[in-house]
Amino acid sequence: MTVILSQLGEFEVRDGPGDGLWLEPDQAAAATGWALRPEGLCRGDICVPIPAGRGANFAADGKVNLAAFWDHMDMPSATSADGDIWTLGESADNRAASLLSLDAPDFTLPDLAGEAHSLSDYRGNKVLLTTWASW
Amino acid sequence: MDSEADAARPWIEAVTPDYPALIDRAHRVAELYNMVNVPQAVWIDEAGKIVRPAENAGAYEGFRAMDLETWTIPEDEVTAIVKAQATYFSAVADWVRYGAACGHIYDADQAKAHTSLPSRNSAQAHCYFRLGQYLLRHGRAAEASVHFGEASRLHPESWNIWRQAAEKNETGLNNSAEFWARVEALGDGYYYPPVDIKGMPE
Repeated sequence: MTVILSQLGEFEVRDGPGDGLWLEPDQAAAATGWALRPEGLCRGDICVPIPAGRGANFAADGKVNLAAFWDHMDMPSATSADGDIWTLGESADNRAASLLSLDAPDFTLPDLAGEAHSLSDYRGNKVLLTTWASW
Repeated sequence: MDSEADAARPWIEAVTPDYPALIDRAHRVAELYNMVNVPQAVWIDEAGKIVRPAENAGAYEGFRAMDLETWTIPEDEVTAIVKAQATYFSAVADWVRYGAACGHIYDADQAKAHTSLPSRNSAQAHCYFRLGQYLLRHGRAAEASVHFGEASRLHPESWNIWRQAAEKNETGLNNSAEFWARVEALGDGYYYPPVDIKGMPE
């Protein structure tokens, strides 16, 4: 089993054989929000076509290689030495665009009791989002 | 910004806040809002719009005058530290009371101008950091350490990343010689950049 740490959370997936991060499209979509379609790998209105002549690196045998797509989309990723844990990040450009829209990015985090809280729960209130640490 | 609930627990329980105190093991909020240190804060209005982007939440540079033998800070610096914090809290209170009329809210252009943007390197650093935190939680500390090192190399401005991974004392505080050396290496650079609010000490 392979663990993916994505923008949508933590997911256990079955990673196909070979280098890269080869998942069944359903698993890939559930873990990342990016779906494989005839147009390419798509999220919302954006589709990234499979580069011509290199298709086999991106999609083969009914699987999609998220690692290849992430590199191709210039989105950051990281993997453990064994390749059993992957972080699939968001691009700096997308983060920047989000911040410059001035719409406060939503997030969901647990409190001490394990209860989940989302920023969007507080829509309608002023929110002071402040950070601290025990270290 | 803590690796585990237990690190944050004694602090939260001492205060019993009536606001949500959340555990952000992967520093997701720092990643989303491009934060690099604590305390940093964002002001978000009722419509979910950022009216003051991530900024130093009233902390003051005076701690750098700390005597590392006696762990004391000179009187005048302590005064400034207290004043800075009080000024920030007072501004927040004004906002609560008076809303947009409080004089501390940015318009859209000002808010964008005050937004510090992530870089390719900081985005990659957050991937390494999140991976490292996961590995650490699963008993793979040596592996984690490699990724934390990479994260700090790419995003040296992030004190959150560096201090979370750094050596802690018995109370969980990163108070090491390495920390103080890293602070000193800032030279004239700020650990707590001044925040743009009327009345802040220089």
